[in-house]
Amino acid sequence: MPATATSPTKRNAAARLLAHPVWRQPVFLGSLLILLAIVLLAIFGPMISPYSYSQISENQFAPPSWAHWAGTDELGRDVFTRMLLGARISLLVGLTGAVVSLTIGVTLGMLAGYLGGWVDSLLMRLVDLLYSLPRLIFVIVIMAGVNAGLDSWAESISDSLAWLMEPDEVVSYARILLLFVCLGAVEWMTMARIVRGQVLVLREQPFIQASRALGQSNRRILVRHLLPNLAGVIIVYLTLTIPVIILEESFLSYLGLGVQPPLASWGSLVHDGARYLNPIKIYWWLLVYPAAMMSITLLALNFLGDSLRDAFDPKQRPRN
Amino acid sequence: MLAFIVRRLLIALPILLAVLVLTFLLTRLMPGNPFSSERDIPKPILAAIEAKYNLDGTLPEQCASYIGGVLQGDLGLSTQYRNRTVNEILAQTVPVSMTLGVIAFLVALTGGVILGSLAAVNHNQPADRLAMLAALFGISIPNFVVGPLLVLAFALLIPIFPPSGWGTPAQIILPAICLAIPFIASIARLTRTSMLETLGADYVRTARAKGLAERTVIFKHALKVAILPVVSYCGPLAAAILTGGIVVEQIFAIPGMGPFFVNSVLNKDVFMIGGIVLVYSSLLIFFNLLVDVTYFLLDRRVKLA
Repeated sequence: MPATATSPTKRNAAARLLAHPVWRQPVFLGSLLILLAIVLLAIFGPMISPYSYSQISENQFAPPSWAHWAGTDELGRDVFTRMLLGARISLLVGLTGAVVSLTIGVTLGMLAGYLGGWVDSLLMRLVDLLYSLPRLIFVIVIMAGVNAGLDSWAESISDSLAWLMEPDEVVSYARILLLFVCLGAVEWMTMARIVRGQVLVLREQPFIQASRALGQSNRRILVRHLLPNLAGVIIVYLTLTIPVIILEESFLSYLGLGVQPPLASWGSLVHDGARYLNPIKIYWWLLVYPAAMMSITLLALNFLGDSLRDAFDPKQRPRN
Repeated sequence: MLAFIVRRLLIALPILLAVLVLTFLLTRLMPGNPFSSERDIPKPILAAIEAKYNLDGTLPEQCASYIGGVLQGDLGLSTQYRNRTVNEILAQTVPVSMTLGVIAFLVALTGGVILGSLAAVNHNQPADRLAMLAALFGISIPNFVVGPLLVLAFALLIPIFPPSGWGTPAQIILPAICLAIPFIASIARLTRTSMLETLGADYVRTARAKGLAERTVIFKHALKVAILPVVSYCGPLAAAILTGGIVVEQIFAIPGMGPFFVNSVLNKDVFMIGGIVLVYSSLLIFFNLLVDVTYFLLDRRVKLA
């Protein structure tokens, strides 16, 4: 475990990280490459595509062809272009939501583990309580509650953003932003628990005792000494939180409560595809392509997270 | 233990009330009101309707009258399905959702534990690798993808199951499997890890040494301890099955709570939202209590706090 050794010196950290055996695992490398490809597609795809995601044409329900790689939908929109936009939005939601959840989880987990006592028991009770309540239900209610207020707010600022996007788009993006925050805000519990467990072990280590004996402030110990030693675990669980948040976002979009048309996320695309599932005429490309792209991304993220966890999380190391 | 159960139930009451009040206030604070979604209604008529639904007066007054009603078992009138009480709708839909949820829960539990134990017993052999690969697929692919694909495969291309609906046993199979798949996967992973740990324990070696059949060692001795993490996962599992059920009910056109909940949120049907959130939360709180008691019965070293 050279990369997460608890020695405070960080010399050649980058070099050691690159020499880590995890790089020689085909699963890890493979999923990393796939993710990289999908991220590049998400960033540059919509710019290169000859179609726009909202461009309606008369060519409805066209099966996949050279002109439309993944066919067209009920309004004649190019499905592949919409999948690329969906990738953009879903990945962005996943990443931002995971960062929000990480910020909350790491802060509360560190405080609980380091301070102990009533702070610890209060926070952990809260975690238990939230685990046992239907959190996504609350997200749905909150989203619906704030959505309407959001519209008027977005209209008021859309003038100042007119050079950048249409007023409708301001509302849509504001809604997505809200989605990030809500999802992150309900998914921090796992991170808090893991971080707390690690801190409980770390705070008894000699180097923390030494810093305390030297009279360093709690804040300094937390930020300068504990946080760097938590980095491995944090990165692992960040990777594992992203697919969870992407799943939840697509779950909400599938129900029609998340991303609104003409924007698209993978969840809303799968929903559109599933709506046209009937025994008479099967428009399979509406369902299969978005579902495949989403599943491949989630699989790659989970594979990546698992191999990172096996490599860096001291608690979960596989036994041989 | 009785004291523990009573105490937990007493704590649950204020939690449920707080959840209910928050939900009510949040829904009422949404701009617009449940009655004016399509066209504007003349003021006096609106006032009359609001009075009928006890939605007139200040917000605290409305909330107090709502909570007062709930405490007497009256969840109010649905504003969206006119002239139907929330109690009535819930009485029809909750049993449906519960049936689906319980079946999916049992499928997930048995499937996951069996798969996980088999993987652990064949540690690092092809069977283990295959099971864990399948589990990762199960976790990664959302059930609203699995659902339509199952329909496409087993109802449209090979018509052995009905694609949707509710009432006959055959109609339960596809939705229950669809709902259970991700949880079979996570339970299998959980069981495997804890089983591997247990199989290395001394008492398992003792059991083997005294010549017990391998099957007895694994399923009678090791599994009893290895299943503990799975038991504590049951609480979050129930929560996930409840929310997952919303989508699965939508996909298979099952008349459960899910579609009602989505519609009530979209239409600001305040009493309906409150009622369903109350049902979800109390189910989960009750279930978590059950899980804690089960855990205690399985492992007496645990203290009930």
